[in-house]
Amino acid sequence: MKILAFAEQREGKFKKSAFEVVQTARKIADQSGAQLVTLVIGDGLDGILPELGLYGAEKVLAVEDTRLHFYSTTAYAKIAADAARSVGAEVLFFPASQMGKDLAPRVAAKLSAGMAADCVALKFENGEITATRPVYSGKAQLDVKVTSQVKIYTLRPNVFTAAAGTGKPPAVEKYQPQLVESDFSSKVTGVKVSEGRPDVTEAGIIVSGGRGMKGAEHFSLVEKLADVLGAAVGASRAVVDAGWRPHDEQVGQTGKTVSPNLYIACGISGAVQHLAGMSSSKYIVAINKDKDAPIFQVSDYGVVGDVFEIMPALTEELKKMLEK
Amino acid sequence: MKIVACINFVPDTETKVKVGSDGKTVDKTGVNFILNPYDEFAIEAALQLKEKNTGETMAISLGTDSHKEALRKALAMGIDKAVLLKDETARDSLSLARALADELKKISPDCITFGKQSIDYTGEQIPGLVAEFLGIPSVSAVVALNIQDGKVVCEREIEGGREVVETSLPVVISAQKGLNEPRYPTLKGIMASKSKPIEERVPGSFPPSLEVVAMQKPPGKQPGKIVGTDATSVKELVRLLHEEAKVI
Repeated sequence: MKILAFAEQREGKFKKSAFEVVQTARKIADQSGAQLVTLVIGDGLDGILPELGLYGAEKVLAVEDTRLHFYSTTAYAKIAADAARSVGAEVLFFPASQMGKDLAPRVAAKLSAGMAADCVALKFENGEITATRPVYSGKAQLDVKVTSQVKIYTLRPNVFTAAAGTGKPPAVEKYQPQLVESDFSSKVTGVKVSEGRPDVTEAGIIVSGGRGMKGAEHFSLVEKLADVLGAAVGASRAVVDAGWRPHDEQVGQTGKTVSPNLYIACGISGAVQHLAGMSSSKYIVAINKDKDAPIFQVSDYGVVGDVFEIMPALTEELKKMLEK
Repeated sequence: MKIVACINFVPDTETKVKVGSDGKTVDKTGVNFILNPYDEFAIEAALQLKEKNTGETMAISLGTDSHKEALRKALAMGIDKAVLLKDETARDSLSLARALADELKKISPDCITFGKQSIDYTGEQIPGLVAEFLGIPSVSAVVALNIQDGKVVCEREIEGGREVVETSLPVVISAQKGLNEPRYPTLKGIMASKSKPIEERVPGSFPPSLEVVAMQKPPGKQPGKIVGTDATSVKELVRLLHEEAKVI
């Protein structure tokens, strides 16, 4: 069996999810005796490819073209499907990142492949992969088996391990599929980067504020706490709808799904829609004055009290500790 | 311009999820269903495209008779025509997308809009699958959309920013929150929607590509430790985060 893992890079830098995908694919390859091939698409990749070896990549297909500097749904899909065919891959892994979620379905259609999307666990047993994926806003989980000949799995970022090992740099094969202008019928022409703090989907720590912050002006407390930790700022739907915070900070349904190492929920009661987006965080801290707030049902550590009193104290205490 | 919004009818977010007796699906008794929240953005996008470019809007949904309620809401918001692809079977994404694509081929729209995801199975696959089966471009998680003279310029949400995407008609768009503010159905719209016909068609069937082994409640989390009730507790909280959780 052959496995193809898609390692996402942007601007000549691998995403953390790329390493998660490669390392997970490596595990499945080892368990199944399959051969793993890692696919990287972009422009000017030579310098970054050796790093993939640390996560278990032994063979890399590198597709380079100046037209591939930015993402193009149509061109990337064509390349990934062609690569899968030429390798003879029966199992494909993508990150469930914004790129992976856009790309994988198009590749699936090209290969008539069934897909388990946004997986949070994979198990290889009796020659088969069983994938676990959250459904119904995280209120249930499905164990699924893909039954088509070619199978695709997308992995939720930040859930699978990416621990650098001591692997050798991979063997790199330049792969040059024929690309014509019509393959770029949809293409990215530019990226507008949000300035400042990290994005909630990529941050290791998120400090999130809810209605309990009582007004846009009080989010300076959230920002200060976030900045001490180098964290992203998140927000509940209520405060985004109220116009206190921008939509790209919204965590939960109709916002973003996050799995940071630490999620600090400040003045957030924990409506189902919010929990849907953050309950897979590794550690959750809740600060809320209502001891019956549902957020305390999912939190590891809770402080039942006034955010206006506790947040500045917490910021100061963290500052002291981190200065040591 | 011919615009089709593809919509779904899903359990309300507030619904308590109970695993059904088959151990593979949700027990639907007593579950309240609603128009998938993201699909409101897809419907609004279709309505705005019509207002700017003239043309005709249609809403299409694949599922049981109950999906008519979602279609009625689309009509009440101002969509011109509704089609139900009547189907009682549970489908995986690939089969659903093939059936949808076959119907859309007959309609040959200039623009097809979806919500970014359905809040039930949340695979975010259907828009891309359908576009690929139709051989046309797709853009997912769209938060800004401009269509002029057949040229499409939109912005899609990515980690830490937005991508500006250029493409052309016909196109499949999946709408993320922020693209627009869905309108409320007017009373007149609601009344009119009741008399508009909903055309029923039989979608094609396709072999499955996914088998559900089991559905279960996620591993329950024990409610955590309450560290304290005032500012004096932050010392202990920081210690726990540092020494026990080791996250800072």
